[in-house]
Amino acid sequence: MRIRRLFIFVMTFVLGVALIAPAMAEGKVTLLNVSYDPTREFYQGFNKAFCDHWLKETGTTVEVNQSHGGSGKQARAVIDGLEADVVTLALAYDIDAIAQKTSLIPKDWQARLAYNSAPYTSTIVFLVRKGNPKNIKDWDDLVKPGVAVITPNPKTSGGARWNYLAAWGYALKKWNNDDNKAREFVTALFKNVPVLDSGARGSTTTFVERKIGDVLIAWENEAYLVVKQLAQGEYEIVTPSLSILAEPSIALVDGNVDRHATRKVAQAYLEYLYSPEGQEIAAKNYYRPRLKAVADKYVSQFQKVELITIDEVFGGWQKAQKTHFADQGTFDQIYQVN
Amino acid sequence: MSARTEPRIVRYFLISIALAFFGLFIVLPLICVFHNAFAKGWVFYLKTLEQPDALAAMKMTLIAAAVAVPLNLIFGVAASWAIAKFEFKGKGLLLSLIDLPLSVSPVIAGLIFILLFGAQGFLGPWLIAHNIRIIFAMPGIILATIFVTFPMVARELIPVMKSQGNEEEEAAITLGASGWKTFWMISVPNIRWGILYGIILCNARAMGEFGAVSVVSGHIRGLTNTLPLHVEILYNEYQSAAAFATASVLALLAIITLIAKSAVEATIRQGQRQ
Repeated sequence: MRIRRLFIFVMTFVLGVALIAPAMAEGKVTLLNVSYDPTREFYQGFNKAFCDHWLKETGTTVEVNQSHGGSGKQARAVIDGLEADVVTLALAYDIDAIAQKTSLIPKDWQARLAYNSAPYTSTIVFLVRKGNPKNIKDWDDLVKPGVAVITPNPKTSGGARWNYLAAWGYALKKWNNDDNKAREFVTALFKNVPVLDSGARGSTTTFVERKIGDVLIAWENEAYLVVKQLAQGEYEIVTPSLSILAEPSIALVDGNVDRHATRKVAQAYLEYLYSPEGQEIAAKNYYRPRLKAVADKYVSQFQKVELITIDEVFGGWQKAQKTHFADQGTFDQIYQVN
Repeated sequence: MSARTEPRIVRYFLISIALAFFGLFIVLPLICVFHNAFAKGWVFYLKTLEQPDALAAMKMTLIAAAVAVPLNLIFGVAASWAIAKFEFKGKGLLLSLIDLPLSVSPVIAGLIFILLFGAQGFLGPWLIAHNIRIIFAMPGIILATIFVTFPMVARELIPVMKSQGNEEEEAAITLGASGWKTFWMISVPNIRWGILYGIILCNARAMGEFGAVSVVSGHIRGLTNTLPLHVEILYNEYQSAAAFATASVLALLAIITLIAKSAVEATIRQGQRQ
């Protein structure tokens, strides 16, 4: 009899949890920002500022939830039903993927916000250990034998795709747009890569905490985060002679905000990224701001570097993705050779 | 003593291999976890566990286990009862199906649910139309947990029930007891330790599951993270000490599970001797 009573008790408990738990989650206005790896610290600060701003403007409390991961993986999750109100991913192609595979985002999303829907930019730099023991100055030094290079997997990571294209672009310039030479160069570079993590943050952890590799190809903002905040004096940033203008893109997920009735606050959230306050927080987190006043203020923070763009050199993300990162693209061919 | 025919050197050699292996792969990592967890002291350790995100992850882990374990208990008792006490067609198939979750990789377990309930999946459009969230929300995490812990209770109970045979049940039915009464008065009391043992194992796996849950979670902080996922997030945010502090909670849970398991085993052995 005692066992039967226990059984009834357990069943009641299970049903209770199953019914009450989802109800508890409802209540205030919440946004979900699905983002890529290295933006954790930036959006922590930005969300707080936006919530204060929104409370002051409208008197309503808003809570912003964050999800982070490799940019491609995050886009996949949104396609599969992760109910993001806004996406802030590493590159336009991943938002294109959502627009193509679902009806959540219109195809012309990139024209809806200023600067190609990229409120801040970044670039690709090298992070080396203190004193630069392998004497790494430029891309050429990464293909030398005996130099271990850490970069994430371009199949899943947005940052890794920028890394890959920056190296490719450098080789194109060096050998007068000879694609075969560029391919040899990038092949040699990937011969020096001992670990391919799935996201930029994983690669940084491999380099900084597991102490693997001589040089990390990283987002500029990620490299500064390591040098200035995590391990002062243990690492140095090396800016190569040429790099790529990385434009991390943002978009409103129309299909989701309409269902959640959060369009207004989600739109304001994205626009706040362009405001002086938002730009300032971006600059403080080592993203290059767009707004001139803020950019001028932080001009000494960023090294001057010649930047190529994806549109000029690779004919846009769609084409670059198809040539280099799609199934059987150059990356697959190169990585098979290894 | 006479069974020891090997030379002393061979014995010591084998024992030291076993001990070194044990120390290197089990004891040392465990010490590392606790050493790193307390690297910044007690105050920091407690502060880490008081973070809203950590508490939310703990809550999610407890809820997932609290739903998965009882459901698996009901299923496990029913399935093992059917398999051990009755003969029917398709019994072999049922047995292998029960083992399926143990043999597939947890990633596949997670992807199964994405394919079923994802926006592009089989039931996705219907779920969206009715505003029901399964994956990237609590139900998905619970489903994934149930899937990976599915065989835990049944696997424990089937051998216990088989070894007891049907005599006591047959006697009860001959004396006029109903099937239901026989089940509650005879079968269940006979397997109570097996049930407890199954619950302990099932609970340990439910709380520790990483792979399948990671696929369906969506990684929304404070909402859909479990403790194992929270450990990964903290580690990726360069908060090693906090990550290990959270990991130590999971390790502690595993140790408690092992102690409970040995206690149950000891009780069973005592019962058998009497």
